[in-house]
Amino acid sequence: MTDLVRLFRKSSSALFGLGLVAVMAVLAVLAPWIAPRDPDVIDTARRLAPILTAGHPLGTDEFGRDLLSRLLFGARISLVVGLTATALAALVGSLCGLLAGFIGRWVDQLIMRSIDTLLAFPYFLLAVAIIAALGPGLVNGMVAVAVVNIPFYGRIVRATVLSVKQTDYVESARALGISELRLALTHVLRNCLAPLIVAVTLNVGGMITALAGLSFLGLGVQPPTSDWGSMLSASRQYLNVAPHVAALPGMAIFLTVLGFNLLGDGLRDALDPRLR
Amino acid sequence: MAAVGGGGLPAYALRRLFLAVPVLFGVSVLVFAVLHLAPGDPAAIMLGAQATKEDVVRLHRDLGLDQPLVIQYVRWMGHVAQGDLGRSIPLGRAVLPEVLLRFKATLVLTAGALLIAILLGLAAGIVSAVKQYTWLDRISMGVAVTGVSLPVFWTGIMLILLFALQLRWFPSSGMSSPYGSGVADVLWHLVLPAVTLGTASAAALARLTRSSVLEIIRQDYVRSARAKGLAERAVIARHVLKNAINPIITVLGLQVGFLLGGAILTETVFSWPGLGSMMVRAIQARDYPLVQGGVLLIAATFVLVNLVVDLLYAVFDPRIRYD
Repeated sequence: MTDLVRLFRKSSSALFGLGLVAVMAVLAVLAPWIAPRDPDVIDTARRLAPILTAGHPLGTDEFGRDLLSRLLFGARISLVVGLTATALAALVGSLCGLLAGFIGRWVDQLIMRSIDTLLAFPYFLLAVAIIAALGPGLVNGMVAVAVVNIPFYGRIVRATVLSVKQTDYVESARALGISELRLALTHVLRNCLAPLIVAVTLNVGGMITALAGLSFLGLGVQPPTSDWGSMLSASRQYLNVAPHVAALPGMAIFLTVLGFNLLGDGLRDALDPRLR
Repeated sequence: MAAVGGGGLPAYALRRLFLAVPVLFGVSVLVFAVLHLAPGDPAAIMLGAQATKEDVVRLHRDLGLDQPLVIQYVRWMGHVAQGDLGRSIPLGRAVLPEVLLRFKATLVLTAGALLIAILLGLAAGIVSAVKQYTWLDRISMGVAVTGVSLPVFWTGIMLILLFALQLRWFPSSGMSSPYGSGVADVLWHLVLPAVTLGTASAAALARLTRSSVLEIIRQDYVRSARAKGLAERAVIARHVLKNAINPIITVLGLQVGFLLGGAILTETVFSWPGLGSMMVRAIQARDYPLVQGGVLLIAATFVLVNLVVDLLYAVFDPRIRYD
């Protein structure tokens, strides 16, 4: 904890990242109360209104829907889906890494070869291939992006488990007759916590981008749900007349991802001095 | 050249090639699964709502979907081994020539982006590490963290807005002009997509290069080299970069994966006639054979790239034993 306080006192970029993430989170939570309008209400009389139009501070999209409201509700989708996908990947990946590292032998072989196979695919291609199988949609997009990131966590946890297993205190705990399961869940898992926290923070940004990317391609969140990726996709046809409709959702993705990346960099520097 | 043990580089290459076999097997199983994980009858989905029952039954049989899964897989692999990736129903053509044609465009885009990534990313990473904690380091790392946070599809759209629609310096889409021809025309069309895809990769590469170089700079032999009075430039060139090259090559290999994946988004933004944009349309059209062919081709390419990376690793690092 003191480490964290020191981190934010010392690193202005980490503090800035934390600030960005916090602002986005607050906006997402408060969206239903602070959004000026219903994000899905169509007003064909006011299509593609520019920024600072009366009643529409950030203008409107091609259906006359209020952009500020859609951005605010889009923040909810991006954050909830991004965080859920990250949690899913971290959970399954850690479990795989824990099993592989702790049990070893054929379990290790099986898990690590499966991970190698997943890693043989270019990152985003695998997500697209999974969507090809499951069909486009919000939940499928989330599953696809989570699966793609399982190897990342599996490897981190396995490596930590292997190094912790060799330590004297695990040896002595084992000598004391503590069961293997308890050993894995207490000593070993506790040591994985710091690298996992860093990994998760650094990973959320990539998850949000990947999910927005899938939605941009029409493979993730489906219209009319207000989502940054699909907003950006629709805006391309009006780029010449209403560039702000494309600029704003991208800016929102960028700021959110930047926040998580700066925060993750800071946490990594604080929690894992070897990587500084 | 590396100290070669146990059969030398060719034998090592052969062994590595052999190790790629199980990975390729896993890849093929996953690609095969794309069709079979789909909910419902793939034949009915592929033919769409207007299809008659007889059509569905016939396609079902043609695809061999009435056979056990293992038989289906073995058959499919048999066809793939002969270069038969099946037929695309919406296009009414064989998949292989279609994906190969598109793949060329993807390779052109990837190569252009990789060149930009290497030029910008390596330079920024090395300079940052050598001048650690100076303003140069801070600026380039600030730019890099911005770069990795920018979604490529948005960067692309903003570049189109500025350089194609406003300034009219570059075309906003496609790979060639209707009446234009030749390499210059393709290069002119390549600039914006390659910059879009390449800068994202350059940013990641710069960050990773910086940390690999920093790791080497902290080694004892670098301290010794400095202590014996070697000029800083010589220390960096002879001791640091020579040893940092392997982690950098590894990172470069991973970046190829990022580029091949990111090409899907970039191609869609710029209507680049590559494999990625074709696959997105194929997914929407439920054209499973085309999707499978595309995924298989790109994944196999990436496995090959990783193989080459491993071989380069051994070439550059004498400490790596070939056995």
